[in-house]
Amino acid sequence: MALVIVVVTALLLLAFTFIRRRSPAVLRRIDAFERLTQAIGLAVENGTRLHVSLGRGNLFTARGGSAFAALAMLRQLAERTSVSDRPPIVTSGDASLSILSQDTLQAGYKAAGAEEQYRPSTARLTGLTPFSYAAGTIPVTRDENVSANVILGDFGAEAALLAESADRENTHLIAASDNLSAQSVLYAAAQDPLIGEELFASGAYVGAGPSHEASLQVQDVLRWLIILAILAGALLRLVGVGF
Amino acid sequence: MRYLTAAIAIASGLIVLLGYLYPLDQLIQLRGMLTSWAVIVAAMAVLVGVANLIFVQLDKIRRREKNSIYGVLLIVSLLFTFGVGLVFGPNSQFVRIAIDAIIVPVEASLMAILAVTLVYASIRLLRRRADVMTVIFLVVAILSLVVAMPTPIGPIPGDFLLLQFLHIFSDSGTRGLLIGIALGALLTSLRVLFGIDRPYGGN
Repeated sequence: MALVIVVVTALLLLAFTFIRRRSPAVLRRIDAFERLTQAIGLAVENGTRLHVSLGRGNLFTARGGSAFAALAMLRQLAERTSVSDRPPIVTSGDASLSILSQDTLQAGYKAAGAEEQYRPSTARLTGLTPFSYAAGTIPVTRDENVSANVILGDFGAEAALLAESADRENTHLIAASDNLSAQSVLYAAAQDPLIGEELFASGAYVGAGPSHEASLQVQDVLRWLIILAILAGALLRLVGVGF
Repeated sequence: MRYLTAAIAIASGLIVLLGYLYPLDQLIQLRGMLTSWAVIVAAMAVLVGVANLIFVQLDKIRRREKNSIYGVLLIVSLLFTFGVGLVFGPNSQFVRIAIDAIIVPVEASLMAILAVTLVYASIRLLRRRADVMTVIFLVVAILSLVVAMPTPIGPIPGDFLLLQFLHIFSDSGTRGLLIGIALGALLTSLRVLFGIDRPYGGN
């Protein structure tokens, strides 16, 4: 069954990617991404930095999905801000993720034709435990002339400390996590929290390509299939069919 | 080079995935071997990450940036703890003292700050976003806290029913969010598996 789901999803992804290459998707408006676009423009114009925090998503666990989504967004942000005097700073709480963030930043600069601007020290490991990661990241929002913070990935409740720090510095904050505790604290603490699977839509909203737009469509198709399956299951149970 | 890194990543990903879906002996062995290699690479990545942390702090100290004294403190304590762990072993009394006397209390105090931060954020929530969802969020949070906390007069009448009522919404909301996250993670993983997203090899 799991193999069927993976194969069907993969085929749908390839088919929708092919379709989206010919006609780009029209995406619904999400305020957080609108504000992110403004914040990028502002950071480039007034010579401030963008701070991207990728969380602690270990790539060898189920939490790696959110880390990969955050890296896809980072790739686009690096490319867009490559013309700025001050490169974005990337922080993470997992060593493998930190190395990939360096690689992704470099790739973004390379794609924009500004590879010489890349500095490995702009992608940092700030701590290996939840609170040491938060404690190491807070000074970045405070001391590095940051005008916008993008907190995207796997976090726990410590995300509230990062949100509070961004709020205290009067900087923009766009925040999303795959963790339910982090989602609830970010809902209370962030100006623009992204809820549920909106984290995984970030690539499509920053122009990461047709495959990201196709992913959103496949998610919609699968969501409808799940809704139908739940309704059918409830109906069958109601008429007494056990399974 | 970038094609080689992509080929290695895609092949390894497919083998591990097939090992999960088709539990054949050869695939399970291959999956186990690849996972062991990944663990070794991850351990090396920690050392690289710590080296990155030291270099960033050294750079701050060299440029005499604001608050670089904390960088000095970090490097000295890191090297000291690492040295002690290397000489006496990670389970030695000295390492235990460092954990029990410094790391645990510091993290506990951060946890306390977090609690205060959350209360403060909840108070300011209505000022930041005054909409229906915010009101519902606050009302449910307060009701859940009131019902769950112990009182001097014993259980509040009807608390069990109220808790069950709140659970209907919170459980269904949680499941909905988790289904959405699972779908998003599945699609993201497939993009990496197919080499569409390649956050490695400078692509």
